[in-house]
Amino acid sequence: MSDTVFIAFQTNDDSRPIIEAIAEDNPHAVVNAMPAMVKIDAQSRLVIRRESIEARIGRAFDLRELQLNLISLSGNIDETDDEFILAWNN
Amino acid sequence: MQIDIKTSAVQPIRQTFSHVARRLGADKPASRYQEATLDLQPEANFHYRPLWQPEFELYDTRRTAIRMSDWYAFKDPRQYYYGAYTIARSRQQETMEKNIDFVTRRALVSGLSDEQKQAIAALMVPLRHVEWAANTNNCYVTAYGWGTAITQATMYHSMDRLGLAQYLSRIGLLLDGNQGTSLAEGKTRWLDDPVWQPLRRLVEDLMVVQDWFETFVAQNAVLDGLLYPLVYRHADAHLSAQCGPGLGMLNEFAIAWYDESSRWVDATLKTAAAESPENAMRLAQWIVRWRARTLEALQPIARATLGEAQGNSALAEVDTAFAARVTKLGIDLSAQAATACADTLATEASHV
Repeated sequence: MSDTVFIAFQTNDDSRPIIEAIAEDNPHAVVNAMPAMVKIDAQSRLVIRRESIEARIGRAFDLRELQLNLISLSGNIDETDDEFILAWNN
Repeated sequence: MQIDIKTSAVQPIRQTFSHVARRLGADKPASRYQEATLDLQPEANFHYRPLWQPEFELYDTRRTAIRMSDWYAFKDPRQYYYGAYTIARSRQQETMEKNIDFVTRRALVSGLSDEQKQAIAALMVPLRHVEWAANTNNCYVTAYGWGTAITQATMYHSMDRLGLAQYLSRIGLLLDGNQGTSLAEGKTRWLDDPVWQPLRRLVEDLMVVQDWFETFVAQNAVLDGLLYPLVYRHADAHLSAQCGPGLGMLNEFAIAWYDESSRWVDATLKTAAAESPENAMRLAQWIVRWRARTLEALQPIARATLGEAQGNSALAEVDTAFAARVTKLGIDLSAQAATACADTLATEASHV
């Protein structure tokens, strides 16, 4: 369990395509819909890809826009222009 | 006393409208674009046929030669519904107002010499009539087209063209110090100058095309696909080199808009061509027909703006890029395909 990372978003129209993109890119991730929050748990690693989100929303997306609807996350962050990766570095 | 605070989740009975859910295959949350697009076209219970076209229903898929099993296969990659569209355009308009402000304050256009002003006015101002025609043509597609997926986007597109025409008028007004004389001159050029007559003829012929999908292809794919790169890439660069950055700032919206809207035009053509080989052939035939005419119409303008040699080479470059773009969409423009297509159409005509 200590090897689990997670990311949680507010439930709204903006975060829905992000969550869909994460679910598709990370088949091992578990999406838990809670009241007003969606928490995504994954073993060891979770990747958020800019391209997958852009394909869903039909416009350019800056991965920093994630922060607008972000509630919380756990794991070490490795962030580039194209990918936002959560994993434990130990 | 101990108080337990519990959260209780309220599940909505349904996530979206039933007709959207049927399309998505499950009752799951739909995007605003999907809810504002799918199955909105009125399809049934038309009591009377239109008096002016009694062979068709009021809304009828048979008004075009293109056949689709599902007209909602067309998707706007920008996912514009009313809200998203107006927000995007209002942001761009704010930027444009700032650009125009800057150009005015720095006298980037009004401070040019008379010859420079003439060079800009001769090209940019008559183009407002082309934009107006594009507005009318897209209105036609919206009125007679079938399926919200396509008519919604063409309505936005036609409003965009009105906006573009207004920005071109603003360029004219900046050139003549709000006198409006450049607009009158531009109209005279459009009506009488031999340089513009082939394009005017083309534009006017486009307005009387019957098949709305052909109008879409000829206007949004062919004419724009050749005119925009010529004017806003080659001529813009040429004039900017002579007249400074003012014009480029005023063309900023048109350039960004062309990049954005051609993604939608490409997606639409690609979907139609992928549906059946017949569709692809028809598209190829329309493109071949209008591409030749458009190149002919643009040649005098390219030469007048860029000079004989440079104008010809710019137009050739634009045309090569256009052919590559169309081929990538699954439309074969090669001669054999066009002949095969003509044969099919001839056979069909003999059956009618």
